[in-house]
Amino acid sequence: MNKIRVFIWTVLILFLQILVFNNINFSGNINPYVYITFIFLFPLNKNRFIILFCAFLYGLTLDFFSDTGGIHASSLLIIAFLRLYFIKLFFKKNNIDYLLFDLHTETFGQVFNYVVTLTIIHHFILFSLDNFSFQNMGTVLLNTLYSSVFTLTLYFAGSYILREKQLN
Amino acid sequence: MQQLIYFIQKYRYFLFFLLLQFIAINLVINNRSFHKSKFVNSANSFTGGFYNKINSITDYLHLNKENLLLINENLVLKNKVEKFSQLIAEIKSKKIDDTTSFKQRFYFIEGKIEKNQFGGNYNFLTINLGRKDSISNEMAVINSKGIIGITEHVSNNYSRVQSILNRNSKINARLKNSSYFGSLMWNGIDYNILQLLDIPRQAIIKSGDTIVTGGMSTIFPADIPIGKVIDTEEGSSIKRIVNIQLFNDMSNLKNIYVIKDFDKHEIMNLENNRNE
Repeated sequence: MNKIRVFIWTVLILFLQILVFNNINFSGNINPYVYITFIFLFPLNKNRFIILFCAFLYGLTLDFFSDTGGIHASSLLIIAFLRLYFIKLFFKKNNIDYLLFDLHTETFGQVFNYVVTLTIIHHFILFSLDNFSFQNMGTVLLNTLYSSVFTLTLYFAGSYILREKQLN
Repeated sequence: MQQLIYFIQKYRYFLFFLLLQFIAINLVINNRSFHKSKFVNSANSFTGGFYNKINSITDYLHLNKENLLLINENLVLKNKVEKFSQLIAEIKSKKIDDTTSFKQRFYFIEGKIEKNQFGGNYNFLTINLGRKDSISNEMAVINSKGIIGITEHVSNNYSRVQSILNRNSKINARLKNSSYFGSLMWNGIDYNILQLLDIPRQAIIKSGDTIVTGGMSTIFPADIPIGKVIDTEEGSSIKRIVNIQLFNDMSNLKNIYVIKDFDKHEIMNLENNRNE
């Protein structure tokens, strides 16, 4: 995917998150946080300043709209920072491979591991910051589980549907 | 010096990450405390205006339900007007010397909710009233069925309301059939159920009792309905927790009233003087 398409997709996903996914509130307070697709779409680069700064701004925009202080900015920043380590771990890629790297061309097992790990880390930090105390840890873990399942289902369904379209 | 530059160069991404993370955590902490959240909130003109545009579309879908609510409220108010007009007619037949004691204390300003939130632990609402509608901090927000929250941050056209579904929220409430009062808080679990704490042990509470605002603060006037008692969790300690089912459905709100208290400054001055 080229850079303009990535930009359009991330903006579109941000608005979808604000207008649709933040208002689902399935059985009380379970929402999918599909906006982390930003981290998966953002092109790999050896220089990490750009993605860190963009992730911070992206999360902060969402915080402005959902009155949450800085919890989205903080949790998105952490997975933006950890992303390259997991790419090395799961895909065994080096600096040279970054330019041609595309999640669609990798095997599903590796992509699954990578996406699931980052999603669970992000959701756990997000709910811990939202809770902001060591009480109710059970609720935090349950919320992480439910929301992760929700987000991952939407992410894989979405990426599957969109990939089919590109082939035609 | 060489070592320091080498260190910075080696860990430059991590240091940049720490800097941004520090800012983010700072914003999180500021957002937790009342009145301190000056920067990140949805009451500014951009986000408020955005929600305003979206709401002007979605409003049409709920017009029927809202109309029904307003008609019901009108019915109640009309009956009250009839009752009071008779009272006034009676009073007018007598002579009144002191007109100052008949002035209005509370003033209602009508508005709409731009953004509703009830999923998290610290929920806020955005309403389409701001400084231009003479809204200020710490004013009560209610609707026809019960209380909603307290205004907390005001911009020119919008304001942010701390919902009663916020773990920082603490509202004075009492039983309708007696004068025992306690404070109404939320434990963050179910958005229909709030907790009434600090109520004296000798107060007799039965399930189904109505809870109303206490009127001990300058924010909420007395006797606004809140909800009814479901059950009480009685421990061995002094702590007694009363679970309250709200009359309001907090997930489905549209039209609201903000209450302005004309006597607020007078009462505040009085209380401050006494403390000195």
